Parts: sequence; structure tokens; C-alpha cells
Amino acid sequence: MTIQPIEVTVNGRARRIDVAPHHTLLEVLRDDLGLTGTKECCLVGECGACTVLVDGVSVDSCLMLAVEADGATVGTVEGIATGDRLHRLQQAFLDTGAAQCGFCIPGQLISAQALLALTPHPTRAEIEEGLAGNLCRCAGYEQIIEAVQAAAAADPAASQGAAER
Amino acid sequence: MTDQGVGGSPTRVGGRDRVTGHQTYVADVRLEDALHAKLVSIDCARARIVAIDVSAALAVPGVRLAITANDLPQPMPRFGPQFIDRPVLAVDETHYHGEPVAAVAADTHDAAEEAARLVRIEYEELPAVFTIAAALDPDAPLVQDPSFRPGDPLARTNVLREHRYGWGDVEGATADVVVEGTYTFPMVTQFAIEPHGFIAAPDGDGIAIWSSIQHPSWLQRVIAGLLHLPLSKVRVFAPDPGGGFGGKQHAKYEPLVAFMALRAGRPVRLVLTLEETFQAVRRGASEIRVRSGFRFDGSLVFRDVEANYLIGAYADIADRTVGKGSYTSSGPYLIPAVRIVARSVLSHTTPSTAFRGFGNPQQIWAVESNMDEAAGVLRIDPLALRLRNLADRGDAFIPGDTAADGDWAKTVERAAEMIGWGSPPVAGRGRGIALGLKSGPTTGLSYSTVRLLADGSVVVHAGTSDMGQGARTIFAQIAARELGCPLEWVTVVMGDTAVVPYDQQTSASRSSVLMGNSILNGCREVQAKLRSMAARLESVDEDAITVDRGEVRIGERVLPIRDVLIRGLGRLGGEVIGIGEMRKEAEPDHPLGGTAAFYEFNCTAVEVEVDRATGDIVVVRHVTVSDVGKALNPMQVRGQDEGAAVMGLGHTLMEHYIHDETGRIRNLGAIDYRIPTSMDLPLRMESDIIENEDGPGPYGSKGMSEGALLCVAPAVAAAVRDATGVVIRDLPLTPERVWRALRDAAAPTR
Repeated sequence: MTIQPIEVTVNGRARRIDVAPHHTLLEVLRDDLGLTGTKECCLVGECGACTVLVDGVSVDSCLMLAVEADGATVGTVEGIATGDRLHRLQQAFLDTGAAQCGFCIPGQLISAQALLALTPHPTRAEIEEGLAGNLCRCAGYEQIIEAVQAAAAADPAASQGAAER
Repeated sequence: MTDQGVGGSPTRVGGRDRVTGHQTYVADVRLEDALHAKLVSIDCARARIVAIDVSAALAVPGVRLAITANDLPQPMPRFGPQFIDRPVLAVDETHYHGEPVAAVAADTHDAAEEAARLVRIEYEELPAVFTIAAALDPDAPLVQDPSFRPGDPLARTNVLREHRYGWGDVEGATADVVVEGTYTFPMVTQFAIEPHGFIAAPDGDGIAIWSSIQHPSWLQRVIAGLLHLPLSKVRVFAPDPGGGFGGKQHAKYEPLVAFMALRAGRPVRLVLTLEETFQAVRRGASEIRVRSGFRFDGSLVFRDVEANYLIGAYADIADRTVGKGSYTSSGPYLIPAVRIVARSVLSHTTPSTAFRGFGNPQQIWAVESNMDEAAGVLRIDPLALRLRNLADRGDAFIPGDTAADGDWAKTVERAAEMIGWGSPPVAGRGRGIALGLKSGPTTGLSYSTVRLLADGSVVVHAGTSDMGQGARTIFAQIAARELGCPLEWVTVVMGDTAVVPYDQQTSASRSSVLMGNSILNGCREVQAKLRSMAARLESVDEDAITVDRGEVRIGERVLPIRDVLIRGLGRLGGEVIGIGEMRKEAEPDHPLGGTAAFYEFNCTAVEVEVDRATGDIVVVRHVTVSDVGKALNPMQVRGQDEGAAVMGLGHTLMEHYIHDETGRIRNLGAIDYRIPTSMDLPLRMESDIIENEDGPGPYGSKGMSEGALLCVAPAVAAAVRDATGVVIRDLPLTPERVWRALRDAAAPTR
């Protein structure tokens, strides 16, 4: 097994890491970089718990090899807040009670971030579709959707920059 | 700013970590030098193990351990909450698809996976039973070793237990109309998004266990028993589960990981794949025959229920779900004669266990569907039929148990009003209504510690698991109100048996009521000590002082608790400690071992549209109304209520295990087993509550986290009947099943 060096910018920080070529981006984020906010559940790209942004696009990190992220910019849940200041999406999730057990929430937040970057003022149907790849078994979907609506209403200008950060 | 008090909806305590990725779930716990474990199983339902060769597995670099039954104490240690039947690893024979026969542990996850693949198992597949009919066949192979149930006349059958309840004379009852049907409910799985995770580590002269467990104290007892350790040497860490839903109530692979860690002398971690969780936990399937007798005016004369629940290969808590779930099959109605027979039937399948609703959704699917069909036969409105028979507050609707403890008619009428019952739906649509009743906890024991620190801030210790229901927030709200500090000044410590006192369990929607009362009692003890303190400081009689909601009242004078505290503690500081205790004693003569602490009562009404070309059901409106006594936190109540409703839509419309002819689950995992997504929601979901402050919990609250799941299926099926005229008695109501039913109904009678 040949270890391969990759360079990725994770949450704004440039990282150079040696990865196993068969390891997924999820494994590298969690096990090599200690960013355990990104969650592991189905490992087949269905549940969305492992959703991260890669060059601004939401991807299931369990389906992407880490070597494929070489040179990319990766955003995880740990990078959504600015210091101790929560992003308005995070605040909205708290305000509407969207986070229950919380396990799916990192993925939901990243998908919502990607959605708002493309569609700053989504309709309810667009939100439902934008989050369709993120399972929530507490099934707080209504409160999650309300949170995204609230965040969209809160600051339309900021949402466009969210994915680039 | 949101109201932080009881009855307000402050931000979830622990919420911030949940939105920043900093919440530590068990898989996120990192221990130095930990080994990664992987289970090894056989790809069939039942097999005789001939030989296991781990030599190739041990040769993989980094592999430190490969264990089979032979490496464990003899005879094989077994455990289980009701029957001590589950082995730490399969011995001689496997009993269900996915049952581990060996486990490996390695320095890396990669090495463990490779080694697990290299364990060679020689086995002989054996005949197995996966259906109720096959399991009840007199010639069926026995799932459980009869020696586990000495003296039990059923031990030589696959019936683990048969429960009989009832009153009155069903045989002698004369009814104008008898409505009968058999209703089936499939195997479904909890599918917590967090797969089960377990870590064990040698800890001095004891052991430490990390598990996403709902009952940490119970797990502590299981591990102590298996390892012959005093309880004090078993420390269970229970990080907040990422969803539990009953599947994480009882020990699963913690004992295995504990034996592995002791053998390796290193921490061992095992995080299941989602596929492995499907093979670890599920809900019992059921086939329930219901006969209900009515007078022409709609009054129920008798109900006769015969229920077979297909449980799995090991008992876990499954039989209790059968016994307790079926016990309330008479529903919230006044029925003069009731006979209930319910069997838990063992099979060579995934061990079924607790799952939100605890055996009730199965029987409610049957009896409420039966009620809807009866309305059709009697030509009485389904809502009117329910109201005619519904118990009023105080009615002993189940003789010998807690009387009806709510204004249930108001709950039903509210749901009916919200859905617009009585007004005609849009053409092509139909409406259905159903009632759900569940007996709450029958016993309980919750201790807590409430510490009022020198600055007036509070630390609460409680052994509840916060798995999403928001217990931590509720407890903080109670302490903040009683001791008069801001919510942000309360820390609730959970999930460490070395620190927090004993709690029986986190289940049956009990925690707000039982642990909530325990914490309330702990606060009251702190308040009593503050009274003594104030009496000493002010040189007045204690009787002249009251302490309530953060204030000390001495005659006309009102002092903040904090002022009395600081003066009373004096120069050394310190703290005031209260011990909370809440018991609900067992009642040995009661069929369930105890009466209901409260009932969860819900009414669900839906409006659906059925696509006749595809059989697809669209839930246009979904109304759920629960009698919650008092909503301590309305935002969290809504989350639990809607969450239960959506989970109910899952088993109603799409979820079921599919087995092949050899008993293997064909739809393991998230691709082939569907649960509701954001695209599967009702077009409109409305959740409402009835609050009469008539519950036994703090401030009149009742448990409410399961209610809205209980009767979703019969409500939806009733709406399908209303829309199409077609009666369907099997779940889930998949497009294919609905399409076939529509086709069969349209076919000319032969």
C-alpha cells in the first residue's frame, strides 16, 4: 500500500497529509485530522451524515477517496462558525429546535449551506429537495426546514459567500 | 429572548455542540492505544459451527486478537434483561443472520477488516424458521435451548411466553354486529442515524465501558455480573446517543468488547456498520386477529384479540414489548368484555427489542383498523364511533389499572376539528382518524443530585440518557425555576455511572416525569436547607419561612435565594446539596408488575390522496394531537410529536425487512431499506397539544414522546379506505400493495 501525500485546505487551513489511497475523505477527516464533527452512518452515500463541502459543492465524504480531494478546499461542520460566533444557519437550527439527537445535524447544516449558496431564497420545495439526501430519524424535518427558511430570511447577502469560505 | 422557564422553549441545553460538530458521540471518543474490533458472522440464518480457523486472520500485520467461543469462559456467559439467553459469542450454533461467531481486533480498522474476512468458518446450514406460521409448526426446529426455561411447559415450543388478559364474558356476550380481521405488521428497524458503538478499556482493577446506551445503570449491572466485578469497578460512560428509539436500551456487544479488552489489556472499540445494526435490533413483527362485537348503536360489547408477535432468536426485552403492548389492546374504550391472548414467538431472525411505542403500534394498527372497518359496517361515522365508546376521565377502562387520566374526548375533538372532520374532502381524497393509547412506565426508580454552588449556580446529576428527547434541557429548566438562577447557570451531568446516581432506565417516555420529579425533589431538599439557613441567619422560626421559585420569603420580606445562600455559607463557601429520589413501586399482583404511571394518549387524523395508477399515497394533511398534561418545553414537545409522527409514516408507508428463502435480510442498509426523507413529509403537518396539568410529572406533565407514532398506520389506512373503498390489513402501504388492492377490488368477482 503506497501512502500518498495530498494537500487540502480544510476549513481555511492548508493541510499536507499522507493518506492511504483507499481511504475515503470521511476517514481522513475523522481519523487523520481528528475532525469528528463529520459523521459516519451508512457508508453508501444515502444518509448524508458525512456531507462536506468540496470546492463549494456538497458531497458525501464516504463516497470520495481522500486522494480525489488533493488540491481541493474542504468545508466541514467545524468550519461553519466564525470563532465563537455561530453562523446564522447554526443559530437558526438552535432557535427552531431543529437539532434533537444532533447526529445528522452536521450533514444537514452543510447541505443547507450549499443550498443557500446556490439559492439564497429557496422555496419550501427547494429546501426539501436540497436536504433530501440527509436522513433525520428524529425526523425533525419540519423544524430543520424552518431553520433554513429563517436563515435565508436573516441575511441574504451573507449566504452567497458562505460556500466560498 | 425566548422564555427560559418551565413552559418556555429555551435553546436546547447541549444544542450548541450539536450545531458546531463538537458533540462527542461514542464513535468520536478517542483512547490512546485502542484496538479496532470487527465482528465475524455466517451468511445464513442458522448454522452448526463445525470449525473456526483464525490463523490467517492472526497473520495479518497489526492484528492482536481473534476470539471465538472457545476463548471465552466456559460455560459461555449469557445475558439478557428478561431471559439470560444471549451468549457473548455464538457457541456451537448460530441463530440468526449476522450473529457473530468470532471477533478480531487490530491496531487499525483496515487490519481488523482484512482479518475478519480471513477468518475461515466451516459450518453446516440448518433448517430455520423466519415466519410466525413456520415457528408455530409443531415440527419446527426449536430456536431456544429448552434448558433455559426449566419447568416451563412452553419450553419445547417456540412460544417464549403467552400472555392472557381480560375481563367480562367474551363468549357469552351478544353483539348485533361482529367485525373481524387479521392485521399484519412487518419487521422494521430503529435506524438511529448513529450506528451502535461500544468501547471497553481496562481501568485499574476494573473496567470502563463506553456505549451509546439508554440504560447505563442496567449495563453496569450486566457487565459486573458477567465479569464478576463489584458494581463500583464497572464504570459506564454513556455519551449522548445519536438517537436510540429503544434499540439502545439493553446490552448488545458491550460484553464481547469487555472480554476482548481484558484479554488484550488494551482498549477495544467496535463501531457497527449500519448493516450490522439492522442485524442487531428491530421491532417485533405481528399478526393480530381482532374480533369486536358491537350493538347497532355502535357501543362495543366485546373485543377478542389473539396476537402473535414474531420476536427474534434471543429474547432481549422483546417479550416485555409483547406483554405490555398487547395489554392495552382494548384501547381507550369502555368495553364490558375483553379477552387478549398474546404470544411472543421466537424465530431465527434478528432479536427484536424495544422500539418507540413498545409493542403498541402493532396492536393499535390491528384494533384501530378494526374499529374503522366496524364504522363502515355499522354505517356510523368513525369519529362518532370512537367518541361513543371512549373512556371519560376517571373511568376504570382497564379494571385494576390506572383510571383514564385525561380529557381524551377533548383531544379527539381537537384533532377532528383541525382536520375539518365532517366537511367533505376534495374529490378523490379521503380522511382517516385513529386513537393511540400506551401505558407509561409501570415501575421506576430515579435518583438525582442537585448541587447549589456558592454563587447560586447549579449542577444537576442525572442518569438519564439525552438521546434527542431533550431531557437535559427539561432538567435544567426545572432546576433553574426552583432555585432561581438563569438557565445558563445550570449544568446537567449525565452519562457516567461513577459520577451520577442510579437511574433505572431511559425509556417509556419516563424521564420528564420520573427523573423530573426526582430532580424536583432534590431541589425541594435544597430549598429546605435554605429555610434552615435563613431561619438561623434571621433568627426566626423555620415555619415562618417559605422557599419557592428562587425566593426566600420571611413574612413580608422577599430575599433572593442567592443572598441567603452567600450569607449562610459564610467565609468557607461550599454548597448546598439535595438528593432527589422518585420511585414507582412494583405491584406484584398486577399483570404487568405495576400500574401505568400515566397514559400517553394521541389522536391522529390524516387526509390522503391515492394515485390509482401507481398506488402511491400522498399524505396531504397530518394532524396529531397529544394529551401532554403540561408542555414543559413546547418546542421540544413539538419536535418529539412530529418526529414520532414521521417515524410512524415510515412503518406505515415504506419500511420493512425483506428476507430471502434462507432467512437472510435482503435489504440490509440505507439503499434498500427506506425511511422517510424530507421529500416524504405530509404536505402539511400540524401538531397540537392538550394541556390540563393533570399528569404525575413536574407541574402536571406527562410523558409524550411516543404518542404520535402509535396510530399513524390505522389513520392512514382508514383514509385510504375513505378515498378508495379498499381495506388493506397488511403494512407497509407501499404503492405496489395499494395498487394490487385497488386492482383486486376493481376485478369482477369470480
